[in-house]
Order: sequence, then C-alpha cells, then structure tokens
Amino acid sequence: MSSEKQETAAVRVLGRWPSPFVIRVLVALRLKGVLYELVEEPMGNRSELLLASNPVHKKIPVLLHHGKAVSESLIIVQYVDEVWASQGPAILPSDPYARATERFWGQYVDDKLPSAIRVLRGKVAGDKDEAAAQVAAALQHLEEACVQCGQGKDYFGGDSIGYLDIALGSHVGWVRAVERMARVSLLDAAKLPSLAAWADRFCAHPGVADVMPDTDRFVEFSVKNDGVLKAN
Amino acid sequence: MAEKGVKVFGMWASPMVIRVEWALRLKGVVYEYVDEDLANKSDALLRHNPVTKKVPVLVHDGEPIAESAIIVEYIDEVWKDGYPIMPSDPYERAQARFWAKYADEKCNAAIYPVFTATGEAQTKVVHEAQQCLKTLEKALEGKKFFGGDDFGYLDVVVGWYAYWLPIIEEVSGAKVVTDEELPVLKAWFDRILAVDVVKETLPPRDKLLALNKARREQLLSA
Repeated sequence: MSSEKQETAAVRVLGRWPSPFVIRVLVALRLKGVLYELVEEPMGNRSELLLASNPVHKKIPVLLHHGKAVSESLIIVQYVDEVWASQGPAILPSDPYARATERFWGQYVDDKLPSAIRVLRGKVAGDKDEAAAQVAAALQHLEEACVQCGQGKDYFGGDSIGYLDIALGSHVGWVRAVERMARVSLLDAAKLPSLAAWADRFCAHPGVADVMPDTDRFVEFSVKNDGVLKAN
Repeated sequence: MAEKGVKVFGMWASPMVIRVEWALRLKGVVYEYVDEDLANKSDALLRHNPVTKKVPVLVHDGEPIAESAIIVEYIDEVWKDGYPIMPSDPYERAQARFWAKYADEKCNAAIYPVFTATGEAQTKVVHEAQQCLKTLEKALEGKKFFGGDDFGYLDVVVGWYAYWLPIIEEVSGAKVVTDEELPVLKAWFDRILAVDVVKETLPPRDKLLALNKARREQLLSA
C-alpha cells in the first residue's frame, strides 16, 4: 500500500461531456485560468460524490471548491467570476444594467432551448416541428440581442467572451447536431447573420474549442445514446 | 430624451412584483408604480418588455429590466451603498441564488396545483408541496431569516409565501404550512410579516382573497 496520500484538487467539476451545462463551467474556469479536475460522472448511474454534493437535484454540473459544492451551471459561472475576479477577463460586465441584460437573456436561453433540443434529439417524445419553431423564434430574439449587446464587437460580452456568450454558446454544439439529425435549419446565416457569425467565433475561441468538440461528436453521441434512453 | 426616475410596472396581486417593491423600499428609492390590467396590457409595458410581456418591469431612467429576481439583483448593485440585499461572500451568494431558483422552479410548481386540487388529489399535491417546502426550509438553518439576522435576497424572493400561502390555504381548504409539518417555515412567516417594507406593501387581504376565490372558481369551472 502506497504511503503517498493522493491530494484532492482544490477545484473539481463533477460532470460529463456533452452536457452544455458542464461545458459552461469548464469554459468559465478556462477563461479565468483556473486549474481544475474534471471528475467524469458515469452515465445512468449517479456517483456517491454527486449524490452527496447535490442532494437536491442530483444533477451535473457541480463545482467542488475546497470541498464546498456549488450547483446550477449559471450560478457556478457567476461564482467563478466572483471568486477569481482578480484574474482573467470579467465574465459578467461591471455595469449593472448590462449585467441585468445578460442575466435576462441567460435565463431566456434556458427557458427556451434545452427542452426543445431534447425533443429534436429524440431524447424525449414531442412534436419536432413545434420544438424547431420554438428554437427558431428564440434565436431570432437572440439575434436582436446580439446586435444590441455586442454593439458590433465579436461577442455579447464585447471584445472577450462573457456570461451570455457562455450561456448561449454552450448550446451551439447541440443546436448544430439537431440541425443535422432533424434536418432543420436553426442557426441560419441568412436569417441570423450576426448570431451565425458569432457562433463560429465562439466555437473557435481557445477557451471553448477544447471542451466543445465538433458537431460530428454530438451527433455520434446522440445516435449511440438517445435512442437507448428513450427505450428505457 | 430619456425619462428620469424609477418606474415599476406591476399588478397589485402579483407576488413577483412585490419583490421589486421590497427591494426598492429597502434602499429607500422613490418610485412610481404603474398598475397593469394583465388582460389588457398597456402599450408602455409591451414596449418595455416585448420578449416576455410580463410584469414586473423596472424602468430606470428610461431603461427597462424584466424578471423579478434579476431586477432585485440590479437594484442591489445600483444602490450599492444602501441596505445590503445580496450576501457579500461568493459562496453565500451562490447558495442564495440556488435556493431562489429552487423556490421559483420547484416550489412554485408544487404549490400551484394545491390551488385547484380537491379531494384525494389535494392530499397528494399538498404532500408534494410540503416536501418541496421542507427542502427549502433547511436553508433557514435555525437563522432568523434566510439572510441571517437580517431580511436578505432569499427572503425577498420567497417572502411572499408568508402572505399568499395562507390565502391559497383558505381558498382551497388545504393545510400546507402547519405547525406539525413546517414549524420552522411557519415561524419565519411571522417574522416576514413584521418586516416594515413588507407591511407597507402587502395588498389588502380581503381583496386578495376575493380575487383568488374568483380565479379558483373560474379555473375549476373551465
């Protein structure tokens, strides 16, 4: 038996790709230059650590910071922004009105996209046409927000990616995957020029590219797993 | 030319709106209140919140903000030298936001069916609502308020239960927040109702009761 004690990393993320909610946390930590350990949660079988860290929802992601658990992806992103305020770019802007605007749209994204994407993936039963319409309508609003918030700059956050970039950008992987699988056009460059261009920039960003793979990988995952989940 | 000042677009019986009023009053901010007929929304409301078209909307020097919990954080940040609403520690802030989201998503969804359920169905939904509230109650952890010694963010977000839940109970005949099941929450209700900004803003009980009775009858007969 080894006499060395394995040190637990100060920052651990309980999660699993391809959860967009996990991707958000990883992007936020990478933006801030925070070293972390990703503790991969097995599919379909919640670990003791997850159950102990998030007893209320039993869901990923959970951030464990010196053992203290923070749950809910956008809440974790704000926590990361606040704890590591002195390093890396600011995730939320400093102006209260701009902050409220980004928080509003972040909430809007989560109200409109995840449930519709689950239907389009075939993970849950539902009307795919309706789901596609819901995503399209939401993205139309976000196109307008993109123009307003970004003010001609590269991201919603301006020159660097911020809270709303992370909130919406984390869903781009799945949006593009369901476009292919359900044969619908959602991030249509003709209808949503600013948003489509932004999506490419977001995905190519160094803080993002390593944690949000190509559309192919999302499609592969869905083909392999979503049908199985539906059958159970 | 941007209008100056603070306006709240609301509806007198809405607990989401009252959160905004509590936050403004805690900061001593003077505001104009505009009551909306939700069946006939004003052009101003629709112009200020075209995306969700809901109340409350705070308009500050002509700039609109929607979503009550977001508005409360905005108020705390703008009038940062006034009464502190959010905790200052990042971990405590994350906890407060977590429970606010839990209450708004899970507890409200569990409470809503209590309003219209009858008979055996009512027993089931009451139990589910109680389970949700018991989980929330844990966040009180023997403190006076969710915010600790003082009325804070989470109290602002869920404080409406103290006034609205007894009304829902009276209208539906259900008993949710009882001494046996939720003694800690019940005790907190009394403390909430004694807070000045709460007392100043609560709508008249008879009016709120009548509205909810009528709404329940309408829903049951649909």
